Amino acid sequence: MSLYKNLHRWFHQFASPKYFYDISHTISRWTVIICIVCFVCGLYGGLVLAPADYQQGESFRIMYVHVPAAWMSLFVYMVMAISGGIGLIWHIKLADIVARSSAPIGASFTFLALATGAIWGKPMWGTWWVWDARLTSELILLFLYLGYIALQSAFEDRRVAARAGAILALVGTVNIPIIHYSVEWWSTLHQGPTITKLDKPSIHVSMLIPLLFMVLAFKTFYITSLLIRVRTEILEYEYNTSWVKQLLGNHNNVTN
Amino acid sequence: MSEYLNIFLTILQRDMKLAFRNKAEFINPLMFFVIVIILFPLAFGSDSALLKQLTSGIIWVTALLATVLSLEAIFRTDFEDGSIEQLTLARYPLTLLVSAKITAHWIIFGLPLLLTALLTGFILSLSEQTMMALFITLLLGTPILSLIGAITVALTIGLRGGMLLSLLILPLYMPVLIFSMLAVENASIGQSIAAEIYFLAGMLVLAITLAPITTATALRIRLS
Repeated sequence: MSLYKNLHRWFHQFASPKYFYDISHTISRWTVIICIVCFVCGLYGGLVLAPADYQQGESFRIMYVHVPAAWMSLFVYMVMAISGGIGLIWHIKLADIVARSSAPIGASFTFLALATGAIWGKPMWGTWWVWDARLTSELILLFLYLGYIALQSAFEDRRVAARAGAILALVGTVNIPIIHYSVEWWSTLHQGPTITKLDKPSIHVSMLIPLLFMVLAFKTFYITSLLIRVRTEILEYEYNTSWVKQLLGNHNNVTN
Repeated sequence: MSEYLNIFLTILQRDMKLAFRNKAEFINPLMFFVIVIILFPLAFGSDSALLKQLTSGIIWVTALLATVLSLEAIFRTDFEDGSIEQLTLARYPLTLLVSAKITAHWIIFGLPLLLTALLTGFILSLSEQTMMALFITLLLGTPILSLIGAITVALTIGLRGGMLLSLLILPLYMPVLIFSMLAVENASIGQSIAAEIYFLAGMLVLAITLAPITTATALRIRLS
């Protein structure tokens, strides 16, 4: 019981904007280091060490950006929907802020996945764009993100905006599998998944390890940029509270 | 139980009565639907092979756009005169009241749209199987459009700019369009359309289950 109580207390402490503002600074310091290390390792391994693909030659290497970006585009949407739902149900301000701050990052990942896919598609398929299932659902995902951002900017009250956005994100979550399977019914040009087959991946280890580094790098990059956004949003949200005034006051004194 | 049914029917009757008094709100999107469809033969020539291939797709896409235009009418007048606030304060579940309003929207707009679409199908001389597929997909599809649409309308009601609504809603409509078009395509080459129909029916059941609850929550947020 006491464990539960401790967890409960920790949870509420963690969700308080002031505590989170302080602790996120420490967290983001570590994640930025991990991010840089993983980026260097992943890019060196992917661009230099990994052998060229026997079919696709050198151009497969864009996968080291494309695949993590595509994964993150879905992951960030899930984060957005879940934290939006948490904010909706338990009225936790921090969850609202996380959902709101995730949207532009997720949209950028989605755009990056689409752009790198197009660049790769030009030499491989001979065309920038094909109406294939995964490309189409990724494009629709981008529109879901943009709709969410548009809805956020339409409201003046942040509380209402966050809760309305949460509803939209949750509706989108129900829709994403439906969208995915609906476009899957078109004949598909995109190559099948090669990594999710964990028992016997059809990708060579020397190619896989840099990819995993890149995935970690993208994830920590997301966490870092999310934390920076969240910290700014917290300050804007809480500008009336005494701790923010104190913080800004100190800062002004230092700069003066 | 019968009390709830009475309330449902009362709201349904009220909305239909209001719509018949102010017909333009629902007839204008229908006119838009017909006019846009007429534009296509004018653009491509009335008996080109290209147009024959495109007809059912044109009808469906135009139906989506007309629905988007019609959706605001579900809540707008109630929002402007404040009766939507009275509904949220009523001692009956808002989900029930909202589902009555969505049903009213489908009867007032969805059903006439269905019939108009069939008429335009005749005018554009669709084959019998294609017409049948078009009818079934529209019958299953238009209620989904009303249900999903109600959620986004509840979120955006009273915000300036009608563009926002179409931006939010069209991505959510895409699966309905895709399955309907697959069904129509299969029907036109004489294949079974059972799979697509089942999927559409499944989406309809899902929408009926979740959309009124979500719409009620969205309305409460919007009015808070």
